Amino acid sequence: MAKMKGAIEVNTERCKGCSLCIVACPQKVIALANKVNLHGYPYVEAVNEEACVGCASCGIVCPDGCITVYRKKVEE
Amino acid sequence: MDRNQIVQPENIVCKKPTLMNDNNMHYCPGCSHGVVHKLIAEVIEEMGMEDKTVGVSPVGCAVFAYNYIDIDWQEAAHGRAPALATGIKRTWPDRLVFTYQGDGDLACIGTCETIHALNRGENIVIIFVNNAIYGMTGGQMAPTTLIGQKTSTCPYGRDPEIHGYPLKMADIAAQLEGTCYVTRQSVESVASINKAKKALRKAFEASMAGKGSSLVEFVSTCNSGWKLSPAKANEWMKENMFPFYPKGDLKDTTNK
Amino acid sequence: MEKEVVLMKGNEAIAHAAIRCGCDGYFGYPITPQSEVIETLAELKPWETTGMQVVQAESELASIYMVYGAAGAGKRAMTSSSSPGIALMQEGITYMAGAEVPGVFVNVQRGGPGLGTIQPSQGDYFQATRGGGNGDYKVIVLAPSSVQEMADFVDLAFELAFKYRNPAMILSDGVIGQMMEKVVLPPFKPRRTDEEVIKECPWASTGKPKNRERVVITSLELKPEIMEQRNLALQEKYRKIQENEVRFEQQQMDDAEYAIVAFGSAARIAEKSVEIAREQGIKVGLFRPITLFPFPEKQIAELSKKVKGILVAEINAGQMVQDVRLAANGAVPVEQFGRLGGIVPDPEEIVEALKKLIK
Repeated sequence: MAKMKGAIEVNTERCKGCSLCIVACPQKVIALANKVNLHGYPYVEAVNEEACVGCASCGIVCPDGCITVYRKKVEE
Repeated sequence: MDRNQIVQPENIVCKKPTLMNDNNMHYCPGCSHGVVHKLIAEVIEEMGMEDKTVGVSPVGCAVFAYNYIDIDWQEAAHGRAPALATGIKRTWPDRLVFTYQGDGDLACIGTCETIHALNRGENIVIIFVNNAIYGMTGGQMAPTTLIGQKTSTCPYGRDPEIHGYPLKMADIAAQLEGTCYVTRQSVESVASINKAKKALRKAFEASMAGKGSSLVEFVSTCNSGWKLSPAKANEWMKENMFPFYPKGDLKDTTNK
Repeated sequence: MEKEVVLMKGNEAIAHAAIRCGCDGYFGYPITPQSEVIETLAELKPWETTGMQVVQAESELASIYMVYGAAGAGKRAMTSSSSPGIALMQEGITYMAGAEVPGVFVNVQRGGPGLGTIQPSQGDYFQATRGGGNGDYKVIVLAPSSVQEMADFVDLAFELAFKYRNPAMILSDGVIGQMMEKVVLPPFKPRRTDEEVIKECPWASTGKPKNRERVVITSLELKPEIMEQRNLALQEKYRKIQENEVRFEQQQMDDAEYAIVAFGSAARIAEKSVEIAREQGIKVGLFRPITLFPFPEKQIAELSKKVKGILVAEINAGQMVQDVRLAANGAVPVEQFGRLGGIVPDPEEIVEALKKLIK
């Protein structure tokens, strides 16, 4: 059966840690990192990327355009 | 499956719009402005109008909109964006001309310019970000501040006896003969963002087809001004703003 | 080619000249005593011939910002108004000066302050030459004293505005605006094509092609170091304008022992005063500044070394006299004569004032 696998790349220097992507993600892939970027903002990271289906919700709601979302169909 | 196989250019389904440059935006974390900017950039790109668009930025939080979307811009004085847009569009009729204005800019100091540009049916699009507060100056009462809503100039809540009533600009715009499309949208969820993008495209296309003026209102959040987290601000908006500023098309004569 | 000589009002001449000099857009709001400008344009319908746009705006404020928009996109755009309307436009004018937008505006002055009167005045000299709005800036100011100059200065104002990317003003008054006079209309000059505008105005927001940076027409800059540089660049530009663009006219100054300095309609009246005074044996000449910024300060400084006294005749309480005194720098006595409230002085009154100066 075919299944969608996804991955995200976060531009951590652009991210302001607003966390709207965390709320939007249906798979609970994203969380705030315990680190801050050069601007002093905590940023988000994928903590559970195996669950990512590449739905792009995080990227769409991100106000700063920090998230690039990838999706690939995988045969199992 | 190896992550490297997924993270390939051909598998990209979402990224920062090409027309949005790499300048870090000055907006507060979670601000609705960023999403609206992204939509504008995407729609211009999808319409292939990158080299034929002139934006007019306001005074308010979006004063620096011109730093983020790679098109030509003019920066207006507070409230005057629709007059600038009129001057540009009348002398460059084949250009896509839009203004980007907040509630203070559009519904207070620039009410006159806004209503008359819309009423003349200028072939421009007015993008209206309504977050019911003055963000840039630090959270004062706006013309669209809700009854009871607290701001730094109505710290006990907006009282109509003292402050008058919130102004529904889209409702006024819909009554004007010159408008062809008036709609109220929001950008708090994937579904609403997708809808809002379609609305924006319809407005841009109507202006290029010479059908008249469009007003696209984005009911928005100002989490800093509202003193809420971005996620809670979205919830507050849904509970308080949407009942007073109901979403949807208020007028659409673009098919006529 | 045969010259087109016609009889018309100064305000009408402005409208005809605008169409003929390739103006792309006029944006205005009616106000006495200059409403004939937009009325004439509406009647001539240039949008059907040259393609020039004519928009009756909702206010003077909107008018000046429509000019800002069109001129910021490289087009020849103008507005006209009278004193209270020009006061309302000051916000837009300082923004244009700050963003270096080359718009043109005409002030057909009336008496003030406030709503004042609809009769002529030169009470807006300070407003015109000192900036009028906020910040350190200058507007190029041309002062016509005939209907012919009303017609000729429209194209000149556009040329100077675009040459220096600076707002330019024609400072007229109700006398010149309403007066009918013989005028030779300028020849037709075609509007620039969009391609020409893009080529000639690379600074304009005309739509960003891939091969250049985006253009932002703005007066805003939050970094003081950069803002100071921008201000210094503006000041350097004003210095160049001062150096290159001074315009003036002299009459009967060769043997003059006294000079009357006057601009615009006051200069026309003073011409007659010079004639009367000379008949009475007073050797007096007329010096007429045509550009009020740049003010002919060097020329007046030289003049003040040759004459025994200067009378400044103007239709206000004493405004240009300050610039004449600065230029004369104490070399000779400088007195002022003016009438207010919409009263236009008689040539004889000016002669009487001259005699007082001589005593």
